[in-house]
Amino acid sequence: MAHPAGFGAERMADILRLDHVTKTFRGGVVAVDDISLDIREGEFLTMLGPSGCGKTTTLRMIGGFEYPDSGSILLDGQDVTDAPPYQRPVNMMFQDFALFPHMTVAANIGYGLKIAGTPRAETESRVREALDMIELPGMADRLPSQLSNGQRQRVALARALMRHPRILLLDEPMSALDAKLKEAMQVELKHIHDRIGITFIMVTHDQTESMIMSDRIIVMRNGRIEQIGSPTELYDRPASAYVADFLGTSNMVPVTVHRTGEEVVARAGDASFRIARAGSVVADGATMTMFIRPEKIRLGANGGDGNVFSGAVREVFFSGNAVRIDLDIGAGQIVMVHHQLDTALGDAGLPAAGDTVTCSVKPETISLFDSADAAAVAAVGGAA
Amino acid sequence: MTTTQMHGIATTEKLGSRRRRPIDKGTSALAVAAMSVLAFLYVPIATLMVFSFNDNPVTRLPLTGFTLDWYHKALTNPDLMTALWNSVIVGLAAVAICLAIGIPTAFALDRYDFPGKTAFRRLVILPITLPGLITGVSMLVFFRAAGVDLSLWTVIVGHGTALTAIVVTNVFARLQRFDRRIEEASADLGAKPWQTFLFVTLPNIKSALIGSSLIAFTLSFDEIPVTFFLTGRDNTLPMYIWSVIRRGITPEINAIGTIIVAVSIVLILVSVFMMYQENQKGSTR
Repeated sequence: MAHPAGFGAERMADILRLDHVTKTFRGGVVAVDDISLDIREGEFLTMLGPSGCGKTTTLRMIGGFEYPDSGSILLDGQDVTDAPPYQRPVNMMFQDFALFPHMTVAANIGYGLKIAGTPRAETESRVREALDMIELPGMADRLPSQLSNGQRQRVALARALMRHPRILLLDEPMSALDAKLKEAMQVELKHIHDRIGITFIMVTHDQTESMIMSDRIIVMRNGRIEQIGSPTELYDRPASAYVADFLGTSNMVPVTVHRTGEEVVARAGDASFRIARAGSVVADGATMTMFIRPEKIRLGANGGDGNVFSGAVREVFFSGNAVRIDLDIGAGQIVMVHHQLDTALGDAGLPAAGDTVTCSVKPETISLFDSADAAAVAAVGGAA
Repeated sequence: MTTTQMHGIATTEKLGSRRRRPIDKGTSALAVAAMSVLAFLYVPIATLMVFSFNDNPVTRLPLTGFTLDWYHKALTNPDLMTALWNSVIVGLAAVAICLAIGIPTAFALDRYDFPGKTAFRRLVILPITLPGLITGVSMLVFFRAAGVDLSLWTVIVGHGTALTAIVVTNVFARLQRFDRRIEEASADLGAKPWQTFLFVTLPNIKSALIGSSLIAFTLSFDEIPVTFFLTGRDNTLPMYIWSVIRRGITPEINAIGTIIVAVSIVLILVSVFMMYQENQKGSTR
């Protein structure tokens, strides 16, 4: 808002701004803690986190179902902080869809138009178009109770899009669907987003879903934003052990750091790893937690490209398209290696338990995190 | 129809082939018990209906012949018809009071927290458990003290007081099961609060409103103790019947009783049908 018009015009314009938004529920539970955020026009943004991290409350404040205790919400530059839902050009697809049980599919989809005073004939033709779009043309007179969950979801989507909202909010849109349908709908919803160009803000606790669908992901923790970025940024360059742990699987290895000038080496067991992105705060002799994605570790020395280390194979797990190999790199420290299979398992020439193997990992794929934070994340992860 | 029958036959056969013999004695005993219960409940009403068509002016066996005279007499008896209309008016007005007070009360209990809420809820529901005698006497004292003349209006207020709890409890129970998110969805789609109430909330609590209105109307319709203390010169139907019956049961009373039973059955069927439809719609939640 502080920028004069035209400033930074090559960037997508911001459609929504949350400015130091805080929400405390009765009993003193701080659901959302001083969040500031700019959302770009047309992007698919996902708020990701475990239950209780404040993502749903944030979404509901954008929709107008909750009001912040402090801070403000600006939509297209207009302050909508205290505006009721019916005055915001924002629509929501509710978890479990919240279809009107006493209305037909057509009446559900046309409800927003009826309320807006759209002429009946126009409403009818637009509802027909919508039913064609969601591929339920013969279902106009059914009641929601007569539909499958997948069909209900389509109706809820059509209903939320009928008023051409500036932003579509999606609250755990896939939670009612089974695994197969979920995958299909994730792709379909992304296609719909790309086609209609409306800004989507989704809430989910499913990290795979968030990575498949989103342009940007906000990882939330205890009512605060832990990290914002594209799926690849978050996956490859997590800012904290919490983010690393939440997205995908990771090795979290306790290490001792040795620093000589710019060169940083982490030691764990009998192995040592050069770190490319250590940051200047890492002190010589510090105990930290090293983060490596299991699939970034390659079997074999790979011509000395990167860190080469060896370990004893403890166990090998077969999971169809890949194997997981648990390596003991000394002092009982286990490192997981994900090895993608491009041949049949028998032809892959994989090591067996008890073998010693050499592996390599590139320095730039390794991060170091504060040990205390990593321990806290591990404790929570173990409980959940 | 055929499928239902076939289904029924199939079930019987399956049961029968497996456990026909052991169930036989038990079944007949159960049937006798069930019939006895039904007889206990409905023989008096059936008796009333049968005698309303009997041409003997004295209500006693044997039956002497069929007639509709008593219906004609009942429907042309000005005192009886006045009493009937008084009862209908009192019932409708009492239901209106119950709804006007009961709906907002139920919403307040469901949606808002306020100091003394629990006590408030108990106190609102209390009058339904108070004997009519207590309500009648206390309201009589109150009206006298306030200098209000007794009339059908005082009866209406009395019935409204006693029966509001029925609407409150029914609507409150329905609201507790009500998915508030469909109201949020309505607001989200642009509906102002009154539109949401009219188009979304009301249709979904309709069955509770109709059901509790029917119960309240029925209870008001045959209410005697409160009416007895609070009425002026006007008679309601039960008061009229009671005063006439002291001079002997007339077939006219049987006739009007039969009409009331018939109307009640229709109303009950209507309300059951509506509840059924509502359940069909809401079956996913």
